[in-house]
Amino acid sequence: MILPALFFYLFAAACVASAVMVIVSRNPVHSVLFLILAFVNAAGLFILMGAEFLGMMLIVVYVGAVAVLFLFVIMMLDVDFVELREGFIQYLPIGIVIGGIFMFELLLVVGAWVINPAVTKTITAAIPTNVSNTEALGLVLYTKYIHYFQLAGMVLLVAMIGAIVLTLRHKAKVKRQNINVQNARTPEMAMAMRKVASGQGLQDADAAEWVK
Amino acid sequence: MTIGLGHYLAVAAILFTLGILGIFLNRKNIIVILMSIELILLSVNINLVAFSTFLGDIVGQVFALLVLTVAAAEAAIGLAVLVVYFRNRGSIAVEDVNLMKG
Repeated sequence: MILPALFFYLFAAACVASAVMVIVSRNPVHSVLFLILAFVNAAGLFILMGAEFLGMMLIVVYVGAVAVLFLFVIMMLDVDFVELREGFIQYLPIGIVIGGIFMFELLLVVGAWVINPAVTKTITAAIPTNVSNTEALGLVLYTKYIHYFQLAGMVLLVAMIGAIVLTLRHKAKVKRQNINVQNARTPEMAMAMRKVASGQGLQDADAAEWVK
Repeated sequence: MTIGLGHYLAVAAILFTLGILGIFLNRKNIIVILMSIELILLSVNINLVAFSTFLGDIVGQVFALLVLTVAAAEAAIGLAVLVVYFRNRGSIAVEDVNLMKG
């Protein structure tokens, strides 16, 4: 009985500590690594709550894709990150004031809520007890919420196309292969036969055509 | 010593506040700002999943999945914009973003 509580406090403490390190770390690469740690611990929290599929999805999507994307961009850009940290101390007081007020309000809400007893009647899709979490999620995701699922796919497609359109650039100086032009080339376009008189060489009159 | 809904909501609240604090502290570094936004979305996901499991309604997890999708798309687009901006200006300082000021 004490084990879930122990793991909860372990995951929660590690998650919050690594989130702190994400925002105060000097080196953005360290920030990304702490972000990965925060996500892994959040996945642990998800699994503790019983949402195993989302926990695994968090690791796959965030650690496997998003965090690697962040790392890739940070290492690709040649940025002086020390310069970017100027003003950290300057913004610290206002940040702490606003964060403190926000935290205070949130804790007021967290400390004083009660669940409306009528809310159990409004449950749209109860969690089935006889199947695993992944299967339960699939049972509603692919039937009742299929349109949302397809919409999520469209969001990803638009994001993919958008990222490609934004970052793709054609350099003017780079010569690229144009297969259509190559295939349309005939011997007449490529060479011309001349009868060159002995001892005279090519005449100036032919030169205009020659250089063509 | 049972862990209830309130514990998870408290963790999510702390993460959300840290995300907001991160946006304030790293006003110049847009990469860390994007990471702070990811932290905020993570805390929202923890809230959704906590309510989903403690109320016994799986729709919250479906919604958390959609939030996850949007967060990934947002990170990809944000970083693409960042890369284009860096190519044009040679800097990623947020305070230099004044090209459209006229």
